[in-house]
Amino acid sequence: MAKTVTDVICPFCGTLCDDLEVQVSDDGTKILEVYNACAIGAEKFLHSQAKDRITRPRMQQEDGSYKEVSYDEAVEYTAQMLAKAKKPLMYGWSSTSCEAQSVGHEIAEAVGGVVDNTATVCHGSSLIAIQDVGIPSCTLGEVKNRADLVVFWGCNPSHAHPRHLSRYSIFPRGFFTGKGHKGRKMIVVDPRNTDTMKMADVGLQLEQGRDYELLSALRVAFRGEDLPDVVAGIPKERIYEAAEMMKNARFGVIFFGMGVTQSLGKNHNIDIAIMVTKDLNEFTKFSIIAMRGHYNVTGSGAVLGWQFGFPFATDLSRGFARYNPGETTSNDLLRRDECDAVFVLGSDPGAHFPISSVRKIAHLPSVAVDPHITPTTEISKLHVPVAFVGIEVGGCCYRMDNVPIESRKVVEPPEGMMTDTDFLARVRDRVVELKAQAPVGTQSTAEAQGA
Amino acid sequence: MAEYLIKNGFVFDPVTGVKGDKKDVAIRDGKIVDSVSSSAKVYDAAGKTVMAGAVEVHAHVAGPKVNEGRNYRPEDKLFGTRVRDSKDTRMTGGFSIPTTFKTGYSYAKMGYTVVMEAAMPPLYARHVHEEMRDTPIIDQGAFPVFGNNWFVLEYLKNNEVENTAAYIAWLLRASKGYAVKVVNPGGTEAWAWGLNCLSVNDPVPYFDITPAQIVKGLIEANEYLGLPHSIHIHANNLGNPGNFQTTLDTFKLAEGYKTNNKFGREQTMHHTHVQFHSYGGDNWGNFESKADAIMDYVNANPNLTIDTGNVTLDETTTMTADGPFEHHLTELNHLKWANVDVELETAAGIVPYVYSPDIKVCAIQWAIGLELALLAKDPMRCFITTDHPNAGPFTRYPRIMKWLMSKESRDERLNTFKHADKVISSTLLAGLDREITFYELAQMTRAGPAKALGLAGTYGGLAPGMDADVVVYDINPEGPFTGEDIERAFTDASLVFKTGTLVVENGRVINNGNKRTLWVDAKVNENAQVMRDVEEKFLKYYSVSLKNYEVQGHHYIPNPYAIEVDATSEV
Amino acid sequence: METVTLTIKKTPTLMLEAEAISPDGLAGKSLDQIKALPVHMGREQFTIGEYFDVTGATSATAGETKVVVKGDLSRVKYLGTKMSAGELVIEGNADMYVGAWMSGGKLTAKGSVDGFAGTGMKGGELLIEGNAGNYLGSAYRGDWRGMQAGLIRVKGNVGSDTGYFMNGGEIIIEGNADVHVGTHAEGGKIVIKGNAKSRVGGQMVEGTIILFGTVDVMMPGFKYIGDEEIEVDGQKTVMSAYIGDLGERHRKRKGESVYGKLYLAKAAPADAGASRDARLARAREAKKARFVPVEGTTSA
Ligand code: SF4
Ligand SMILES: [Zn+2]
Repeated sequence: MAKTVTDVICPFCGTLCDDLEVQVSDDGTKILEVYNACAIGAEKFLHSQAKDRITRPRMQQEDGSYKEVSYDEAVEYTAQMLAKAKKPLMYGWSSTSCEAQSVGHEIAEAVGGVVDNTATVCHGSSLIAIQDVGIPSCTLGEVKNRADLVVFWGCNPSHAHPRHLSRYSIFPRGFFTGKGHKGRKMIVVDPRNTDTMKMADVGLQLEQGRDYELLSALRVAFRGEDLPDVVAGIPKERIYEAAEMMKNARFGVIFFGMGVTQSLGKNHNIDIAIMVTKDLNEFTKFSIIAMRGHYNVTGSGAVLGWQFGFPFATDLSRGFARYNPGETTSNDLLRRDECDAVFVLGSDPGAHFPISSVRKIAHLPSVAVDPHITPTTEISKLHVPVAFVGIEVGGCCYRMDNVPIESRKVVEPPEGMMTDTDFLARVRDRVVELKAQAPVGTQSTAEAQGA
Repeated sequence: MAEYLIKNGFVFDPVTGVKGDKKDVAIRDGKIVDSVSSSAKVYDAAGKTVMAGAVEVHAHVAGPKVNEGRNYRPEDKLFGTRVRDSKDTRMTGGFSIPTTFKTGYSYAKMGYTVVMEAAMPPLYARHVHEEMRDTPIIDQGAFPVFGNNWFVLEYLKNNEVENTAAYIAWLLRASKGYAVKVVNPGGTEAWAWGLNCLSVNDPVPYFDITPAQIVKGLIEANEYLGLPHSIHIHANNLGNPGNFQTTLDTFKLAEGYKTNNKFGREQTMHHTHVQFHSYGGDNWGNFESKADAIMDYVNANPNLTIDTGNVTLDETTTMTADGPFEHHLTELNHLKWANVDVELETAAGIVPYVYSPDIKVCAIQWAIGLELALLAKDPMRCFITTDHPNAGPFTRYPRIMKWLMSKESRDERLNTFKHADKVISSTLLAGLDREITFYELAQMTRAGPAKALGLAGTYGGLAPGMDADVVVYDINPEGPFTGEDIERAFTDASLVFKTGTLVVENGRVINNGNKRTLWVDAKVNENAQVMRDVEEKFLKYYSVSLKNYEVQGHHYIPNPYAIEVDATSEV
Repeated sequence: METVTLTIKKTPTLMLEAEAISPDGLAGKSLDQIKALPVHMGREQFTIGEYFDVTGATSATAGETKVVVKGDLSRVKYLGTKMSAGELVIEGNADMYVGAWMSGGKLTAKGSVDGFAGTGMKGGELLIEGNAGNYLGSAYRGDWRGMQAGLIRVKGNVGSDTGYFMNGGEIIIEGNADVHVGTHAEGGKIVIKGNAKSRVGGQMVEGTIILFGTVDVMMPGFKYIGDEEIEVDGQKTVMSAYIGDLGERHRKRKGESVYGKLYLAKAAPADAGASRDARLARAREAKKARFVPVEGTTSA
């Protein structure tokens, strides 16, 4: 006999589908089947069941081999490393729960660390743009219920967020959108002719790195001003046509992804895409939404926000929070030799950072907390495996539109394995003990940003 | 047994009617008591002022728009951040939108022990609760917004008050909410199409209902349930010249309704941040105060309570579920605009704003806020707020108290505005001599809001049996003192006890307290239709499933304080 | 005017935060008092004396004090931050925030400086003899009030995002500029004597940009309005005048819309279709040049 857990949250991408059904063995230890998820989501559940899974911490030896250590030893090593460092980088936080993030922040406060999440290599530029010009946005249910024009700019949901189109943006029938995809127009802008572009009513295949100019041209077109004959490789007639479509929508939305956040100009591309959206609100109703990648990178930004006031790259070293991407961002800290220890949880910089940064991590004292063996765990001095959030332990997660959803526990973790929250709590308690004599930042009052 | 005795202070307590007498206040195990044993720890408050903990009736301190405000305004935290008070407190930051830790600590230092979050989008309720959990010391509740909710619009279109009430009870439980908040009724739903409702009779697109019907229906449902608080409304047409008429129209919607509750609440409508709703003129050029017309109505109608929404003349961040208003504002000041429309429920917008003393309109707004309080005949029905952070950060309360309690300080400010002459001729303030007394201040910030919230038995007073939230301020009410002395004393209290625990000493936070989350658990008869409607809406229109909607569990509300209401009836 | 000289003794392992080093921070202090002032590295606090030899003397006021900092300061941040008067000379390369939020006085950096120099500048003069990094004379994150007043002159090249959200004052770059010049500007003047890449004047509301060299790609929202004579550093030149950004909002004064102005050398091919090869070649050149960061605005 097997039992079925319903309304399960998928802990993979920022779409954060919450309608999965998971069949588990009667004793609650094995996942048998995953329904409703897309292939990558289902894979995440099934992967957690791998037979060869590491279930105890491992310390890298001089010769590169690993030695199993106890969680007690792992806690001690991590706490000592963080307490000794002058400015440890505490990176990741995007594939874990808000509870764990919160405990991590307590540690960072105690040791004067820098807390940064994966936005630093994907949507950090969006966050900077929002700081510069704001963002008119909406929840995904609004898109489902009202949108009659959907623009995908520099993103390819067919691959990266597979159920986005069916759950929220193109296919669903909502309150004012009873015709489903027949009632929606779709514009796709990308340098490549992606699978998503193939479905579009209008596809604009622009020159690589010229998003800023094309978005600017749309703004010129909205205002009825003259355009050069060709902008970003697109003839002006097609730009005017797209502009008209957008102005005449009843409720439009722009989704954008890494194609614009990480190409030339980064935050400026998002900045001007937001301004395009703002302009359109003089004619109709328009929103813009970032296609956030990791399932809880949004949550990390939220918790950092209410605790310290900044969504990523938060430097707590001086006893108050500071933030300036380009300075307090992980890759800049590594590049400039401005951190002296690295703690990673809930991300894989070994796979996603530039090789120069990865080399820097390899030369620093480092701890990686991750259920999997990853490129990061392979270069870290200590690997601490933990239970899978959203599968073996629940916790709060924030969807790409900031909607918080409580993820569920569907099976027990392997015997004796810690959750990341438990591990962090023990490290925190130990760090607090170590720091009891000299708390950070209480020696003087000072102002932020070099008073 | 923890016992404390606060001796010899000048006590101001509207609940027991004490008006500045030299008295002792005794605390045992978190409660106010008549007397304590000789082993009680004694604090000498001689020459100082003693009041109950203050009660914040309306502030935006937790949740998605507050946090978006924080995250999108790094410049709000650039300078002036201080390191921690002690090793037991958390880092703090932010000026107009402080972090949760700073929010808790700053309120506590001013002697506030209860703070209501004024607008909770139900879909984001978890977020609101996560932030409240991380706001130390102060007890908090949050008001879910109902005025643009599809269930409410559909039920009230057909006058289905019982179904509306059943839905309210369900949503209060699902979101762990405290009261029925109404923001720009109908107008925010219209905003989902880029439109608005600017009067109480402006129909809501598609839903075929008017703001007036929404408001009246929600009053009826609120009183049907007998909730501790009345409906808490931010009317249509906020912030526009000439809007006082819409405000009066909204007030009148509450006429003829009787309160029904077991909590001692007397009003059927609380109207919030009335300063933003008391404008005359028909453009920014002839913009003027209509505080007199507004307060004439309020003074004559005991079924109303209000809060002021005082402008503090700072650079701040406006944020409201009145989505169309924020769009209007960004068109005026061109500063960065954030907006979120929330499916089936509400919306919110954010725009930074600089209330400059050099701008005539800002100075008039400043005057209007003060006029409302100074014209209030019953301080038990008019409460001081800044609609934090909309008219200014709550940390400026002591400055508002200075302006209200010292005519000299107020006139000094009024007379040095760049456009002082125009401000004086467009307002009544120069002619108002009243100075709010310490006793009236205790009414406006303690006993009054506690009563309006249906919490008079627990908070806002010093009667035996009430929670021991006790504050000592370093100011001698018998004088002499200056306006500056008032501001200083009310910024950093000498002592603050929260439920009997000393949390602030000499203006420094020494303890993170034991905060509670207030919510209202209303029981109604089983209502199969409403439950069917809920299931259908989640199946078809929400982007989350019904089972993932309700906020529950230790993580979000580690220390709940549920207030029970029984609205079941025999069928 | 008294001069106090600080010579760095050892290379900080992490970056050293030394906001005390400015005429305002040191004026009126004895050498011993200066040596006892705090500098920070990570969570640890040190003293100026641990990192610098200090000689000379200060005057009672910042205005009468000259501060000279010597040695390799490329791992020292915040030199001259918030200075309001007096003189500061940095003899080596320096790290970030040189002259950030300065409001008066004269700051001379004889070497190159990293990012965020002159952030939020309100007055005074900032002279950089080497190159400057990204975000020169720009706003701090989220602020719509960038450089307000004062003068910045850079002898070398600058990174991206020069004069971001600029509201006033003047920036003169004698070398080349990376992408995004004067983005979101609402006032002020930026002169580039060398070449620019692309995104010059994007989202510009008001203000002036004068570009003597070439631009790889023009923004679509700039319109040619005729030739005008302008004067820079005493030299008069007839240039092609453009208004823009036509995609942006603009104020009206006396019923007329006020636009940002962009001046291009008359001979310069202000075409939108500069060949890809030329662009790539130039990009490669730029990458080679030290202190001109890699493409892009931040590494975020
Ligand atoms: S779309 Fe994303 S969240 Fe949904 S099932 Fe696939 S991987 Fe999971
Ligand atoms: Zn409000």
